[in-house]
Amino acid sequence: MEIRVLILLLLPLLLISLFAPNPTVALYEDQVGLMDWHHKYIGKVKHAVFHTQKAGRKRVVVSTEENVIASLDLRRGDIFWRHVLGKNDVIDAIDIVMGKYVISVSSKGSVLRAWNLPDGQMVWESFLQGSTLSKSFFSAPLNIKIDKDNVVLVFGKGCIHAVSCIDGEILWKNELSSESSDIQHVFQPLGSDLIYAVGFITSSKLVIYQINAKNGDLLKQSTVDFPSGFSGDLSLVSTDTLIALDSTQSKLVKISLVNGETSLLPRDIADLIDGFSGMASLLPSKLTGMLAIKINSYIVFVRVSAEYRLEVVEKINYPAAVSNSLSLLEGNYAIGLVQCSGSKIHLTVKLDSDWNSDMIKESIELGHQRGIAEKVFINDYIRTDRSPGFRALIVMEDHSLLLLQQGEIVWSREDGLASIMDTTTSELPVEKAGVSVSKVEHNLFEWLKGHILKLKGTLMLANSDDIVAIQEMRLKSSEKNKMTRDHNGFRKLLIVLTKAGKVYALHSGDGRVVWSLLLPSFRMSNTCHHPTVLSIYQWQVPHHHAMDENPSVLVVGWCGFSLDSPGILSFVDSYTGKELYSLSLTHSIAQVIPLPFTDSTEQRLHLLIDADGLAHLYPRTDEAIKIFQRELPNTHWYSIDGEKGIIRGYGLQYSCLPGITDEYCFGAKELWSIVFPSESEKIIAATTRKLNEIVHTQAKVLADQDVMYKYISQNLLFVATVAPKAAGEIGSANPEESWLVAYLIDSITGRILHRVTHPACQGPVHAVFSENWVVYHYFNLRAHRYEMSVIEIYDQSRSDNKDVLKLMIGKHNLTSPVSAYSRPEVIVKSQSYFFTHSVKAIAVSLTAKGITSKQLLIGTIGDQVLALDKRYVDPRRSINPTPSEKEEGIMPLTDSLPIIPQSYVTHSLQVEGLRGILSVPAKLESTSLLFAYGVDLFFTRIAPSRTYDSLTEDFSYALLLITIVVLVASIFVTWVLSEKKELREKWR
Amino acid sequence: MDASRPIFAALIALLFFFSLPCALSVSSAHGEGYAITGRVKIEGLGKGFGIPGKTLNAKVILNGGQQVTFLKADGYFSFYDVSAGTHLIEVSAMGYFFSPVRVDVSARNRGKVQAALTENRKGLSELVLEPLREEEYYDVREPFSIMSLVKSPMGLMMGFMLIVMFVMPKLMENMDPEEIRRAQEEMRSQGVPSLANLLPGAGRS
Repeated sequence: MEIRVLILLLLPLLLISLFAPNPTVALYEDQVGLMDWHHKYIGKVKHAVFHTQKAGRKRVVVSTEENVIASLDLRRGDIFWRHVLGKNDVIDAIDIVMGKYVISVSSKGSVLRAWNLPDGQMVWESFLQGSTLSKSFFSAPLNIKIDKDNVVLVFGKGCIHAVSCIDGEILWKNELSSESSDIQHVFQPLGSDLIYAVGFITSSKLVIYQINAKNGDLLKQSTVDFPSGFSGDLSLVSTDTLIALDSTQSKLVKISLVNGETSLLPRDIADLIDGFSGMASLLPSKLTGMLAIKINSYIVFVRVSAEYRLEVVEKINYPAAVSNSLSLLEGNYAIGLVQCSGSKIHLTVKLDSDWNSDMIKESIELGHQRGIAEKVFINDYIRTDRSPGFRALIVMEDHSLLLLQQGEIVWSREDGLASIMDTTTSELPVEKAGVSVSKVEHNLFEWLKGHILKLKGTLMLANSDDIVAIQEMRLKSSEKNKMTRDHNGFRKLLIVLTKAGKVYALHSGDGRVVWSLLLPSFRMSNTCHHPTVLSIYQWQVPHHHAMDENPSVLVVGWCGFSLDSPGILSFVDSYTGKELYSLSLTHSIAQVIPLPFTDSTEQRLHLLIDADGLAHLYPRTDEAIKIFQRELPNTHWYSIDGEKGIIRGYGLQYSCLPGITDEYCFGAKELWSIVFPSESEKIIAATTRKLNEIVHTQAKVLADQDVMYKYISQNLLFVATVAPKAAGEIGSANPEESWLVAYLIDSITGRILHRVTHPACQGPVHAVFSENWVVYHYFNLRAHRYEMSVIEIYDQSRSDNKDVLKLMIGKHNLTSPVSAYSRPEVIVKSQSYFFTHSVKAIAVSLTAKGITSKQLLIGTIGDQVLALDKRYVDPRRSINPTPSEKEEGIMPLTDSLPIIPQSYVTHSLQVEGLRGILSVPAKLESTSLLFAYGVDLFFTRIAPSRTYDSLTEDFSYALLLITIVVLVASIFVTWVLSEKKELREKWR
Repeated sequence: MDASRPIFAALIALLFFFSLPCALSVSSAHGEGYAITGRVKIEGLGKGFGIPGKTLNAKVILNGGQQVTFLKADGYFSFYDVSAGTHLIEVSAMGYFFSPVRVDVSARNRGKVQAALTENRKGLSELVLEPLREEEYYDVREPFSIMSLVKSPMGLMMGFMLIVMFVMPKLMENMDPEEIRRAQEEMRSQGVPSLANLLPGAGRS
């Protein structure tokens, strides 16, 4: 009988222990891919070299604008290997030599590297020197041999280098330009020992160098004057003929180099092309015996014969891409042309000898979302019926990469996602009634089988087949990939804006593209030649009033590159991916301030500050102006002028400029300014709290029943300045002449609340502001290590409210209004720690209610994201915490912050080229969503205090069921036993 | 002094020639900047010295991103055109924790390089960088054992039940039978609800 009671007592205990949180934060290896996804990209392709000659794996080696050099599988578009070079290491050219090495020249022609083609291992690296800055390239024919050595000619920094392909040794070097010459072409006529280098010294002088290919001696240098001047375009037509354009861009000048003699022969383009007017420019394409001239809206191909007969062979409309000429086996050259019309793309491949017949003419349906073709690279292959075939690699306007073969798209890569400018999120649509919620498990047996498999997995009893089955089952569970809002708020749309002016909506479940839109208002047009996108904001988030409307986002950009170019606004529906409307503004956009007010349709009010300091209100509706006019006296903003070292705070005036009657335009009045002395301080970083951050409690209860009040203000601004001498990179300043000053500034009054100097420290500074604390990362020159400091601000004026008696009799100021104008009494606590790594980005985890403890999300130099508990950066840490402090969770002080490998949220993955980390709260309080972007994209869920409000993914329901069944069975068994025993007792 | 210099230089050159197989942080003046050459060595991977760069994708980073370079097959790396001064080199290799290295490039000594680990302030005689420790990014699941099952709350409960079921009667047996009877009678008189009464239909029996 005691047994029964005990069991009844224990049952709830058992249940509690089952629901207790999983004690580990880190991931198990078999959980990879459950909550996270990682996508690899390369960026917009600049150069491509095919490697298809030999059998085996066919590949294409590309270099991109994100400084990536990569080898792609030509069949499927997957990445074989990839290297992301440093941010200053811009790739100028790539090529394949000896059939086994990829060589790349980067950093304006100063670094030459060779990579092993199959696996991407770096084979050798050479540093090329030169005095002048110039463009760099490989010379045209690469198959020169010096003493049986494969040699590559590299032009860079005003020098020609002959470099051995085997080990990167520089065989000879010739510094060409004593003066400021601009070498355009380096080439070697066939079968000659001479190398020609042709360029311009001034706009009216052509210079030709003749160099001995064997030893690099300068044999001859000749300059030719051309009084009417060159435009700078120079095209190599054949090994002894060049065509230049004169300064009026209406005359072609033929330069022939026959037998070392140079002759110039100008000719009007108007003679060639009827009705020519305006300006022509030479397309930088390497065509043999041909010239591609861009005239207004079309491209003209001109054949240049040996006797300088110019003959127009083709005239095509401009938005078109021309490939370099590809030499075929029979000695012919093939040229690929790509034109776009409507939603179709037309690929034409022509032979130079027979221009009138096309080798290939294909049209492929592409849709509207990729824009025009910007680049094309062609490659030939032999079809199964022995006829020549061509494949074309096309770089589109949205930076995506397509491979076309036999009239279809073999593969495509969305490489625009490698250059994300800004991101925001949107909720998915609410589940409609009638739409089936989820695919219910087929039957009970399947369900049980799945759970038994899971149980086996947790008990480590599963064999390899089972593990595969478990993984498959987990990935297949389409729960996370559905297109509707979920209860926990884990499913969201990540809306990203890329440099190409394309907006993508990615599903947070697996990162697939739900929709994409190449913004029509940010495409090149006659009214706007250089549109640039800047940032993306949530425009309309339907909440209460406008549930039927779709949410929308606002994309802000400029028509031009500078601050004073006119702005462009585009409004995009977050669900359908259609541009709702767009505005071409008359004013510029220097700053966008989302205001904390929404109108009746839940459109958020935005204030756009132009370069003249005028504020423009959007949306332009009467309702918005009514709402805003009430709040106008309370609207403030600040601007930071980094060059002059001035921070200015502004308030608003009701009227715009005198004489302008625009009711949506408001003038600004300067309220305060802080001028940093330019000889001692230079602003390098500024950060403020996130607008959407929610703080749960103002008070912090200490273990000794004391209360501290956090100083929580939306208007706090953290600014870091350094000594001007220490503003450069590490290694350029002495500890004596460098310092770093951190400021906390109230952006309403301009009052400096706190100022702290770190001597012998310098930038770069990465800072994050949350609640009442700021954490910043900088470099300590004296210790030669990175440091992280934390500043916490507490409100002293409320510290009297601790007295319960006073609270009871009402002598407290808790209900007194808080004014941003009042002078706050704050106390500040701070502490510094060493941190091992360089930091690329830093963010803080955000949760729905702000109850969960915070984690710092640190993007390290190794492109990983480290989650560091905020408890490690707590200024109240001391070497020997008292027992009560320990109880509160204060860690003993250590001089450096711990780096626990298990707390890398990216686990064994790298987010190459990491640029930003975005944390979005889920609906579940314990969980925050993390999106890290750079060249790669990475998304995961984090639970800074563990998932205390839900069961973990690997919670075994089967085990729970089995236990309950066993317990019930045992209850019955013991009951039967006890009954029997009782009966025996009675018989006795 | 002047006469001894060439000899010294020749000696250095000779030394350099013979010590080529061993890693030495060689640096030479290149125009305005100097070169820093070093080697990354990871024990227990590949052929001991030198690492398979493809699996590692290791990068060597100067001054927090000013220059980034890669490892050759034998683990060597070089930075070129580095100004004299104190610099910081970091190695990023997945699975390994490397301490950043403080590197002093001397302007007086033709770019002589001195290096020290910043994590433990250990000086390096030559620029050979070794990981301080391996990094394991995943928690390791405990292998299945009877003990872990027993230790789990359910196991403990089962164990307790078994003890109660099999040991308690034994204990009761050792008790004085009269005492037991008295206790049982007491219980019966108090009417302790048994499970039999709780269960529906059980009351009939």
